[in-house]
Amino acid sequence: MNEACKPLVDRINAAVDSSDGRIAIMEVCGTHTVSLFRSGVRSVLPRGLKMVSGPGCPVCVTTQGYLDVACGLAGREDVIVATYGDMVRVPGTDTSLARQKALGARVEVVYSAREALKIAAANPTSETVFLAVGFETTSPATAATVMEADRAGVTNFSILGGHKYVIPALEALCSNGRTGISGFMLPGHVSAILGTEAYRPVVERFGVPCVVTGFEPRGMLEGIARVAEYVARGEARLDNAYPAVVRSSGNETALAWLAEVFVPCDEEWRALGMIEKSGLALRGEYRRFDAREKLGVQIVPGGEPEGCRCGEVIQGLIDPPECGLFGAGCTPEGPVGPCMVSSEGACAAWHKYGGAG
Amino acid sequence: MKDPKKKRDVIVAAHGGGGEMTKRLLESRILPGITNPALAPLTDGAVLDLPPGRLVVSTDAHVIRPIEFPGGDIGRLAVCGTVNDVAMMGARPLALALALVLEEGLDLAVLERIMRSVAESAEEAGVSIVTGDTKVVEKGHGDGIYITTTGVGVVAPGVSLDAARIRRGDVLIVNGSIAEHGLAIMAARERLGIQSSLKSDVAPLGGLVQRMLETRADVKFLRDPTRGGIAGVVADLAETTGLTVEVREADVPVSPNARHAAEALGLDPLTVANEGKLVAVVPQGDAERVLAACREFEHGRDAAVIGRLVEAELPLAELVTRIGGRRIIQRPSGAELPRIC
Repeated sequence: MNEACKPLVDRINAAVDSSDGRIAIMEVCGTHTVSLFRSGVRSVLPRGLKMVSGPGCPVCVTTQGYLDVACGLAGREDVIVATYGDMVRVPGTDTSLARQKALGARVEVVYSAREALKIAAANPTSETVFLAVGFETTSPATAATVMEADRAGVTNFSILGGHKYVIPALEALCSNGRTGISGFMLPGHVSAILGTEAYRPVVERFGVPCVVTGFEPRGMLEGIARVAEYVARGEARLDNAYPAVVRSSGNETALAWLAEVFVPCDEEWRALGMIEKSGLALRGEYRRFDAREKLGVQIVPGGEPEGCRCGEVIQGLIDPPECGLFGAGCTPEGPVGPCMVSSEGACAAWHKYGGAG
Repeated sequence: MKDPKKKRDVIVAAHGGGGEMTKRLLESRILPGITNPALAPLTDGAVLDLPPGRLVVSTDAHVIRPIEFPGGDIGRLAVCGTVNDVAMMGARPLALALALVLEEGLDLAVLERIMRSVAESAEEAGVSIVTGDTKVVEKGHGDGIYITTTGVGVVAPGVSLDAARIRRGDVLIVNGSIAEHGLAIMAARERLGIQSSLKSDVAPLGGLVQRMLETRADVKFLRDPTRGGIAGVVADLAETTGLTVEVREADVPVSPNARHAAEALGLDPLTVANEGKLVAVVPQGDAERVLAACREFEHGRDAAVIGRLVEAELPLAELVTRIGGRRIIQRPSGAELPRIC
């Protein structure tokens, strides 16, 4: 291991030793799951430090019902579905967006909400529906795009709302009895929008140390070391190990956009069920961009594919290899659940970087 | 008023009919630049006199989008891609067959540019286009232009690449910076809105391979990391040899531009396609010689040893990361990026 990292790993070792040899930290964000593997940080952590995956993978927490509605819309002659690439291969109940596309449906992979709006402009005789999925890192961009569409008087663009807030999910996990999670490594980019203070209620209510962390290997080791040390000392502290990017008040412009366009609503999460005020609904005059109202569709949560344990994975109750389908009936090429398909999915990361099964 | 004679000249259905219009198209837009004694008679095939050795043949279809991109175009790619496949077999590439499928409406000026690129690349690679075919498909059925090239080459007597000779302790060499082709293509598909000075690394490697073989180093394995990138090659290598392939992240050459673009796109550079790179496996003692041979070439300047074969219980490809940690290098699933070559 290289020189600069040794002191960090030593700190983690010391903290684990003074905690009866075991500390479990939840890495909330899917990007952290991937980064921890890709950088090799996972492999240098002591055995007693367990990193547990969380619900911070937008595609993984989107219900089957949402996906089924999206596939149904794609099947309509006059609709173009614009979506982030990850959603395309997730299996719905009967089909997937990829399959619909292969059968002739117009499904366009986009890298931003803005691109979806451009597609609408280029296709005036079709309705372009953007699958608005993601947490605070992406919802402000959707808000900005809806405002732009409103200003320009666009009539053939709408969003199928699936954006969610991260903090209500954390609170739900903590309320459910945390399965031995001692602390949280908080998502760097979401926190850049929200600001660190947004997590204060979670820390105070549940008495868990939380550290906002970036994505570079040394930054992640620092974040983990701090959480471990607070756990060892019994300190429920809120800390920021990513000050270059994250401030206590967050990104006020982005938050203003969200407040202008969206209002919190009750939202269904895959496996976690209904979480109050965890979704983003279009407010006021922006409701004309709501695809459900415009196109007359309703989202019913839907079930889980048989044998799929994605729900337990995103709650940190099991590691992916504990699922019977992992690497056997469920692989990146032939996935059963979203966690194996999404680029931020825990199962995909374990499969790719941890050795199959 | 618009001069009707100045309207854009485009491919029309009749260009594919095999008659007078096809002949004129060939003579005016396709053959100039690539013509040579084997091709000139325009018969159904080409008769070649080959040097002594074993014959290698390889073929590739090229469907890349966009057809012109920073660092090259579909013509250059069609030549270099197949030349490199032949070279990876340890053969000296000698000749190419070239089949064009053109879509009605393709701008003839674009076709000319592509063919000029084919001609220049063939000359650089030291190969002749000895036979070919041209077809036209209706508008909406062909996406501009597809090119298939088939290449032949000869493995000189005494040269024999065989992965079965690979042993624990052998090292992996790459001839320069990785991930540039795939990232340049992604950036060029402008929808991403990332400004980039990245260029495809597309280049012919026949000369470089010949130079490596001339050093009399024991070159046991060559593969070009196209689709699937370095990750695909090392995953295959682990499976073929039954050994563990250990790659050291800090030793893999990646330009700062490529690194930033990959990060911005959430991609692992090891999984991104290359079109001017090879991975060679040689005994550790031969590494210096082989590196020196690579460095005689423009596209071998940054050649480096990136890893080695080690004994293991399970054959797998492993990355020793920058911080000294470890993780598996998996063969990419293939969904990463469509129409990359």
